[in-house]
Amino acid sequence: MSSKIIASGLYKVYETQTGDDVVALENVNLTIGTNEFVTLVGPSGCGKSTFLKMIASLIEPSHGTLSLDGTPLDGPSRDVGIVFQDATLLPWRNVLDNVLLPVEILSLPKEDYRPRAMDLLRLVGLTGFEHRMPNELSGGMQQRTAICRALIHNPSILLMDEPFAALDAMTREELGLELMRIWEEEKKTIVFVTHSIPEAILLADRVVVMTPRPGKIAHVIEVDLPRPRTLAMEFSEKFKSYSDDVRALIYAGRHEEPSPRST
Amino acid sequence: MDELSLQQRTQRRRSRRRAERLSEIWLPILTLVVLLIAWQVVVWLGEPPVWLLPSPIAVTKTAIKWWPDLPFHTGVTLYETLAGFVASIAFGVPIAIVIVYSQFLQRTIYPILLALQSVPKIAVAPLLLMWVGHGELPKIIVVFLVCFFPVVVSTASGMQTVPTALLDLVRSLSANPVQVFLKIRLPNAMPFVFVGLKVAITLAVIGAVIGEFVGSNRGLGYLILISTQQFDTALAFTSIILLTVISIALYYAIEMIERFAIPWAPRQ
Repeated sequence: MSSKIIASGLYKVYETQTGDDVVALENVNLTIGTNEFVTLVGPSGCGKSTFLKMIASLIEPSHGTLSLDGTPLDGPSRDVGIVFQDATLLPWRNVLDNVLLPVEILSLPKEDYRPRAMDLLRLVGLTGFEHRMPNELSGGMQQRTAICRALIHNPSILLMDEPFAALDAMTREELGLELMRIWEEEKKTIVFVTHSIPEAILLADRVVVMTPRPGKIAHVIEVDLPRPRTLAMEFSEKFKSYSDDVRALIYAGRHEEPSPRST
Repeated sequence: MDELSLQQRTQRRRSRRRAERLSEIWLPILTLVVLLIAWQVVVWLGEPPVWLLPSPIAVTKTAIKWWPDLPFHTGVTLYETLAGFVASIAFGVPIAIVIVYSQFLQRTIYPILLALQSVPKIAVAPLLLMWVGHGELPKIIVVFLVCFFPVVVSTASGMQTVPTALLDLVRSLSANPVQVFLKIRLPNAMPFVFVGLKVAITLAVIGAVIGEFVGSNRGLGYLILISTQQFDTALAFTSIILLTVISIALYYAIEMIERFAIPWAPRQ
């Protein structure tokens, strides 16, 4: 497997209003392979979103380097698609035109991408909803549209910043399975930020566990579960041992460990 | 629970909804009619002098007597209102854009706007008369001054309240500033702009009347002025009613345009 994203010695230091330095990200070293599905998991403030935004060139590292396909990152790359926690669809555009937004911004021929938009919408089960307005869609459908929008210009990297966090538990599971199906069909390198431990394990080839203050990588766990993954796997012994490992890493160094139920 | 009762209940619910819709239209009208009757009865019973409180019937008679002249005066006031209002959009929206994009201009223009807004327009009206003379222009300027601030403030805040994630998204695609403006900020501002326009249009009519009060020889404000000087209270009432009608009609016109222009915006 060739390496797609290489992060070496990444730091992010913010200066507060009182002039103190806050280290948001400390010495992050990570190599993500082509077409790999990597999840970043950890509590708030562990820098997982900061790292994701660095890959998207939305945040500049204070130190260290980040390269995509062996080229040092220098400004936003066309090869990246992003999905945020909120669908952030444009309320004045219908589903199809929302999906085509990146095509317009990249000044690509819109007509050429219309069939691809329809294909993507079919892939997420939104055929027939192309001309609906966002306020007519459920939260899950909005987020499906946002996923199509992130994939429309066919980037090889898909960045997802807690994309299912605002959805109800059932829709969340459903979309997780759908995402894996899309990933099988479209073959992307996916970096997925979440604070749900089961979600992180179920989706990933590798789970990157991060800890806060300062944000850094605690450990990287290879998930050796067969694909396609199913929700039933969450009850297997192997899955349980993975989630125990992740939990132990996250709560290491804390005084009290919450009971395993309170995830 | 058998099917029949279910059907009956649906029917009952439907008729209740229909009744609700009817009362939505008829209740305000009924209220108005009752108030008019009450007013008439008060005049009949109390017999106040006609210059103090004319009855609705007396007002109607005066309106009929003045009928040939009313369209002209109404037209003048309407013209002043709309001209000033349109001018405030033509200048207000570009200035709002400039303020949003330049911190320097925000810091220089904004205090001037605030100061201008704080000046009582009625105090400026006589000066305008001195500077630009009689005719419609000084009234249009008063309307413009009254409408300008709400238009600028609402447009500027609409352009600034774009979700951060959305700006991040287009930034990750290396969108240029023109694209961000045309595809994101401007459409995002539209519902806010209409809020400002609806506030402005109701103020605009007031601005026109203020302008006419200070010095004019036509318009509904002028009619109010001369009719009260001659104790023709019924004519003053007629003018006031016409002003109210103009104001309400313009407000709903803006709302219709809004419904047509931005059908996606949330309704209250």
